[in-house]
Amino acid sequence: MAEIQEKADSGKGGKKRAKKMSVHLDMTPMVDLAFLLLTFFMLTTTFSKPQTMEINMPVKPDSEEDQSPLKASNAFTIILGDDDKVYYYYGLVEDKPELNTTDYSANGIRKVLISPRIKSNDKMVVLIKPMDVSRYKNVVDILDEMKITDTKKYALVDINDADKELVASKTGG
Amino acid sequence: MPKVKVKRKKPSLDMTPMVDLAFLLVTFFMLTTKFAPDDAVIVDTPSSVSEIKIPDANVITITVDKEDRVFFGVDGQQVKEKLLDKMAAKYKVGFSEEQRKTFSLLSNFGVPISSLPSYLSLEGNERKKAFQPGIPVDSMRNELHDWVQQTRFTNPRVIIAIKGDSEVSYPTIQKVINTLQEQNINRFNLITDMEARPTSL
Repeated sequence: MAEIQEKADSGKGGKKRAKKMSVHLDMTPMVDLAFLLLTFFMLTTTFSKPQTMEINMPVKPDSEEDQSPLKASNAFTIILGDDDKVYYYYGLVEDKPELNTTDYSANGIRKVLISPRIKSNDKMVVLIKPMDVSRYKNVVDILDEMKITDTKKYALVDINDADKELVASKTGG
Repeated sequence: MPKVKVKRKKPSLDMTPMVDLAFLLVTFFMLTTKFAPDDAVIVDTPSSVSEIKIPDANVITITVDKEDRVFFGVDGQQVKEKLLDKMAAKYKVGFSEEQRKTFSLLSNFGVPISSLPSYLSLEGNERKKAFQPGIPVDSMRNELHDWVQQTRFTNPRVIIAIKGDSEVSYPTIQKVINTLQEQNINRFNLITDMEARPTSL
C-alpha cells in the first residue's frame, strides 16, 4: 500500500500551491517475503564440508620374498577389542609378550604412544589390528591418535589367530 | 468552538534499513548455499582431528550404515549415465531411458543391480520409502567391486571416500577396504566429523 500523505488543508481557499507530498510505502509484505527467504536459505544451507582423513593401506606384496621381516624390538601392536577396549603389546606375538589393556582417552593409548619407548625409536612400526567385534569408530579413533601423537609408521592389518588367542587368554574367554 | 479532532494517522516506521539488511542476507545465503544431497541413509560419522576437506567433484562415496548395508554414490550426471550403461552391459540388465535419467539424479543407492530397474521405476516418494538391502560385497558376489571398477574406467580421476557410521562393526568396513585393495586402491579417505585437536599431549 502506497499512501500519499497530504498536509491538512488549511481551510483557506485561494492559491493552489503545489503540495509537498512525502511518499510512504508500506513495506511489510516485502519484508515478510525477504525474511521468509532468509529463513529458508539459512536453514537449508550446509556450511561445512565434511572432513576426511586420508589413509594409505600397505601395498600388498607380490611375493613372500618382498616382505621384510619386522624386528621384535621395532614392533608395537595395538589390538582393538569390543566395548572400546584397547590391548597393546611390544614385540612379536610369537615371543608371548605381555598384553596390556587401556582405552581411547587422553591418558590411555595416547600416553603409551608418546612414551619414550616408541617416540625415541625411529624404526618403530605400530600395527593396528581391529578385532571383528570392534566398531568402525574405534578404527577412526585409533587412526586419529596416530595423527595426534604424530606417529609416522603405522599400518592397519588383519588380526591373526595368535593375536586372538593372546586376547582370549587375557580376558579369560 | 469546534472540537479538536485528533488526526488518526497510522504509525509508520521507516523499514528501509531493515529491508536492506534482510535482502543483503538473502543474497548472501542464496549465493553461498549448496543444497545438502538427498542421501538414502543418514549416517553418524565418527569425529577426528583431521582438517582435510573433501573435494567437490570426482568423489565416489561408499556409505556404510548402522545395519551394515553398503551404499554407493558418485557425482556427475554424465559419469553416472555412462557408468550405468557399462554396468548394464556387464550384468545384462536393461534400463529404459527414463530409468537412466532417474539414476543420473540419484545421489546414492543401495540395491543389488538385479533389482535396480524396479527401484528406479518407483515414484519419487515411494523410492525414498523403499527398503534398500545394500550392495552385495560378499566374496561370492561383489557388485561393489564392479561399481568402483567401472566408475574408475569411466572417470579415472575419482577418489574414494568411505563414510561409515560409528556403530558399524569392523568386518563390514574391512570387506569394503578389501574390495578396494583388490583393485590396488591403497589410498582412500574416511569421512569424519570435526573434532578439536587436543592442545597438549
